Amino acid sequence: MADQPGVDFAFWVLATVIIVSGIMVVSLRNIFHCAMFLILCLSGVAGIFILLNAEFLAAAQVLIYVGAVAILMVFAIMLTSNLSSKRIVMTNQKAGAAGLACTVFAVGLYFIVNITTRSGIWDKATEELPADNIMVIGKLLMTRFMLPFEVVSVVLLAAMIGAIVLARKEGA
Amino acid sequence: MQHYLILAAVLFAIGLFGVITRRNTVGILMSLELMFNAANINFVTFNRYVPSESLTGQIFAIFIIVVAAAEATIGLAIVLLVYRNWRGIETENYSIMKW
Repeated sequence: MADQPGVDFAFWVLATVIIVSGIMVVSLRNIFHCAMFLILCLSGVAGIFILLNAEFLAAAQVLIYVGAVAILMVFAIMLTSNLSSKRIVMTNQKAGAAGLACTVFAVGLYFIVNITTRSGIWDKATEELPADNIMVIGKLLMTRFMLPFEVVSVVLLAAMIGAIVLARKEGA
Repeated sequence: MQHYLILAAVLFAIGLFGVITRRNTVGILMSLELMFNAANINFVTFNRYVPSESLTGQIFAIFIIVVAAAEATIGLAIVLLVYRNWRGIETENYSIMKW
C-alpha cells in the first residue's frame, strides 16, 4: 500500500468505519441497530475491496451482503418480535472473559502478521493485476473453476429448498 | 499489505467475540458474517500482494460469499422455526437440540 497518499487516507477512514461499526454490531443492545451497523460495516468492506483492485467483488459485496443478507437479517428481526426490548439481556455472563480472550487472539494475530510480513516471504515485487478484472474472473469461472461453480449452484439450490421446507407452516 | 491483514484480524476477533457472547441467534449470525468478511479481506489482500498467476483469491472470495449467503438463509429459516416453537430465539432455547 502507500502508493498514493489518497489510498492511504481512504484505507484509514474505511478501517476506522469497519472496526467501529463492527464493535457496534457485537455490543449494542438493540438488535435492529446492530443490523444497521452491520450494513455500514459491510459497505466499508466493499470499499476495502475497491482499494485492493477487486471491483467485481466490491459490487458483489454490495449486491449480496448489503442488498440481500443484511435485508434478510432485518426481516428475521422484524418477524421475530420483542427482540429489541430493554429488559432482554443481550449477552451472556462470559462477556468479560470472551473479550479478554478475543483481545489476546487479536494481539497474537497482530504479532504473527508482523513477523511473517517482516520476514520477507511476500516481499517479491507485486505484479499488476489485469486491468479487466471482471473478464478474467468470468473466464476463470467458466474454464478452470467450472466444477466448483456448478457445485456451488447446487449448494444454493439446496439452501433455497431447505429454507422453504424449514420455514413453511406445518401441514401447509 | 500488513495493514489489511491486521484489519482482517481485528475484524475476525470482533466477530469471534460476538459469536461467543451473543444470546440472540440473529446476533450470532451477524457476527458470523463479520468473520466471513474478515476471511474475504484476507483472500483479496493475498491475491493483490502475493504474486500469483491469476485471480484465484478473488474467485475464492466469491465462493465464500455464496456459501455465506446460503448459510444465512438456512440459519434464518431455523431461527424462524425456533421462534415459532419457543416464542424466543435466545440460545437457551436450542438446548433441546443437544444430544
